[in-house]
Amino acid sequence: MSAAGMVQTTYREAVRAAIRAALKADERVFLMGEDVGRYGGCYAVSKGLLAEFGPERIRDTPLSEAAFVGAGIGAALGGMRPIVEIMTVNFSLLALDQIVNTAATLLHMSGGQFNVPVVIRMATGAGRQLAAQHSHSLEGWYAHVPGLKVLAPATLADARGMLATALEDPNPVIIFEHVMLYNMAGELTADAGAVPIDKAAVRRLGRDVTLIGYGGTLGKALEAATALAADGIEAEVVDLRTLRPLDTATIVASVARTRRAVVVDEGWRTGGLSAEISALIMEHAFWELDAPVGRVCTAEVPIPYPRHLEQAALPQPAAIVAAVRATLGR
Amino acid sequence: MPDSTKPRLTHAHLIELLRQMLRIRRFEEKCVELYSAEKIRGFLHVYIGEEAVAVGVMQSLAPGDAAVATYREHGHALARGVAMGPLMAEMYGKKEGCSRGRGGSMHVFDAATRFYGGNAIVGGGLPLAIGLALADKMRGRENITACFFGEGAVAEGEFHESLNLAALWQLPVLFICENNLYAMGTALALSESETDIHAKAQSYRIPSEAVDGMDVIAVEAAARRAVAAIRAGGGPRFLECRTYRFRAHSMFDAELYRDKAEVEVWKKRGPILRFTEWLKSNGMLHDTEVTGIEAEVSAEVDSAVVFAEAGNWEPVEDLTRYVLAEKRA
Ligand SMILES: Cc1ncc(C[n+]2csc(CCOP(=O)(O)OP(=O)(O)O)c2C)c(N)n1
Ligand SMILES: [Mg+2]
Repeated sequence: MSAAGMVQTTYREAVRAAIRAALKADERVFLMGEDVGRYGGCYAVSKGLLAEFGPERIRDTPLSEAAFVGAGIGAALGGMRPIVEIMTVNFSLLALDQIVNTAATLLHMSGGQFNVPVVIRMATGAGRQLAAQHSHSLEGWYAHVPGLKVLAPATLADARGMLATALEDPNPVIIFEHVMLYNMAGELTADAGAVPIDKAAVRRLGRDVTLIGYGGTLGKALEAATALAADGIEAEVVDLRTLRPLDTATIVASVARTRRAVVVDEGWRTGGLSAEISALIMEHAFWELDAPVGRVCTAEVPIPYPRHLEQAALPQPAAIVAAVRATLGR
Repeated sequence: MPDSTKPRLTHAHLIELLRQMLRIRRFEEKCVELYSAEKIRGFLHVYIGEEAVAVGVMQSLAPGDAAVATYREHGHALARGVAMGPLMAEMYGKKEGCSRGRGGSMHVFDAATRFYGGNAIVGGGLPLAIGLALADKMRGRENITACFFGEGAVAEGEFHESLNLAALWQLPVLFICENNLYAMGTALALSESETDIHAKAQSYRIPSEAVDGMDVIAVEAAARRAVAAIRAGGGPRFLECRTYRFRAHSMFDAELYRDKAEVEVWKKRGPILRFTEWLKSNGMLHDTEVTGIEAEVSAEVDSAVVFAEAGNWEPVEDLTRYVLAEKRA
C-alpha cells in the first residue's frame, strides 16, 4: 500500500471525487444531466459540484434524455470530454437511439474518422422498492453493442478510479453504478486514482468453484463465498469490472483452476450477460469443466414493488450457495 | 338539457368539490406519515397543493372516458373514483391494492374507472393517451382521454410527437399540463426556452388555455369547455394549469433549489384554503359543515389504512404472474 494513508469514504463520495478530479485535471471535462446541479444529483453524487465549478461545467439539463445524451456525443466530437449522467438505466432507453445508433456507430460509419470520447454514467439495479420503471439491470443490452465500452464498478477503488481511465479512452464508455452501492462505506488510499478498465479482478481466491459477478452482485457472491467457506467449500470470486469487452483470459484462467463456475447476474437470464459468459466458458474451457456452468439471475419478471417480491426476484446469496452446491453435487 | 360546459354552482356541487380536495389532501398527509413509519416504501410523490387540478378536471369526465397520469397520481385516482381502500393497499404493496401491490405509489391502475396509470417515465403517458383516443375514434365511441403530465414532460420528445399526432389525426384527447414550476429541482425557466407552455400547444394547432390551477372552479370550467369541444368532434384540447407543489418532489428531496418563502407565498393561495374562504364569505359554507366533511374524510382515510393493514402479501410462488396475459382478450 502507498504511504498516503487511508481515508474513510463511500461509493457515492468516491464517484464524486472522481468527477471532481476529472474536472480539475482537464478543462474540456464537464458534467451534464438532469438535476446534477441545483438539486445535487438524484442520488446526491454531484452534490456541491455546482458551487465549486459553476453552471457552465455542471449543467442542469431539461428532461430530454435523447437531446442531452446526443449533445454529449456531439460535444465529444467537438473536442470536449463530457460526462453525461442519466438518472437511471430505465430512462436511458429514451436515449438508446443516440447511444446505439450514433455513439456506437460513428467511428465505423465514418471509416475511422470520427471517434466519440464521451462518458455516460447511470444508476442501475433494484433493491429500493422502486418498482418496474426504475429498477432494471440492462447493462447486458449495452454490452451487446460493438463500439461501446461498458463498465460496472463494484468497489470503492473502481468507483474512484474508472472514470479517469474512461475519459482518456477514445471511445464511448458507459459506467453503471448500482443503486445499492452508493452508501457502501470503507477505506480508500488518500491518493487513489485511475485504474485499468480492461481487466477483471479476482476478489477472493478459492479452489472449488468460480463465482462470477459484477456491480451489485459482487457483494452477494462474496457473501455466498463466506457462507460456503464455513462448510469447507472454497469459492473463487471474479469481479468482471468491464462488461464489454469481457476479460476472457481472467475468467477462463479461474475456471480452468476450479473446474466449476456459477455466474451471478442481476439481469434477466434469457439472452443476458450470464448466457454470454456461460457460452464463453464453454468455448474456451469446455474440457476443463467438471460440471455445467450454473447461473443465478433475476427472475423473468418486471421488478415488483413489494419488498418480499422484489427480493424474491433478485439473485440472493442463498440461491448462489444452492447453485454452487448443485454444480458440486453436494 | 343542462349546459355541460359550465360548472353547476349549486351548494351540493361546491361542497362536493371541497370534499374531493380534502380527501386527496388528507390521504396524502397520511401517506407521508406512513412513509415515515416505513409502511410505504420506494418513491412517494404527493399532490398536496395541486388538488384543484385533478378535482376540477375530473368533473368534466364521463364514466366511459379514460385518464392517464404520472407517478404523482394518487389525487387523480381518488378524484376519478378509485376507491381509497385499494389505493392505500397499493401504497403498502398488498394484494388487495388496485394494482395488486405490484406497482406501488407510482403505478396506480384501475380498469373499472379506465385509469391507465401511474406512469413513472416522464412523458411516457402521452403516447399512450393518443392510442387510447385513437381506439375510441376508430370504434366510433364518444369517449375522450384525459392525459395529465407535469411541465417537466414538455421538454421530452414524446410530448411533441404526441401533440403533433393528436392534432394531425384530430384525436379526442384532453392534455392537462400541471405546471407547478419545478421538475424535481429544475425551475421552469431553466428547462424551457419558451416558458408559456400553452403557447406550445397552439404551435401544433391545438386550441389551448392557461388557467389558475389553484382555483377549482376555474379548472372545472375550462375542462368542461374543452371536453365539450372535443366531444363535438373538435379534436384535441390543451389546458395548462398553473399550480404549485407544497411538499418536496419526493421523500428523498432536501429542497435545496427553492426558497422556503416562495413556498409560503404559494401556500397562502392554496386551493383548499382559498376555496373554503370564498365559500364562507359567500355564505355557502358553515364551520359545522367543514367539521362534518373533515370527520367524514378522516373516517374514510382511517378505514383505508385499516383495509391496507388487513391486506395480504401476494404469495412468492406468484412472483412471475402477470408477465404475459393468462387469458385471451
Ligand atoms: C424519462 C425520465 N427522466 C427522468 C425521470 C426522473 N424524474 C422523475 S419526476 C421528475 C420531474 C418531473 O417534473 P414534472 O414533469 O414537472 O412533474 P412534477 O413532478 O412536477 O409533478 C424527474 C426528473 C423520470 N422519471 N423519467
Ligand atoms: Mg413540475
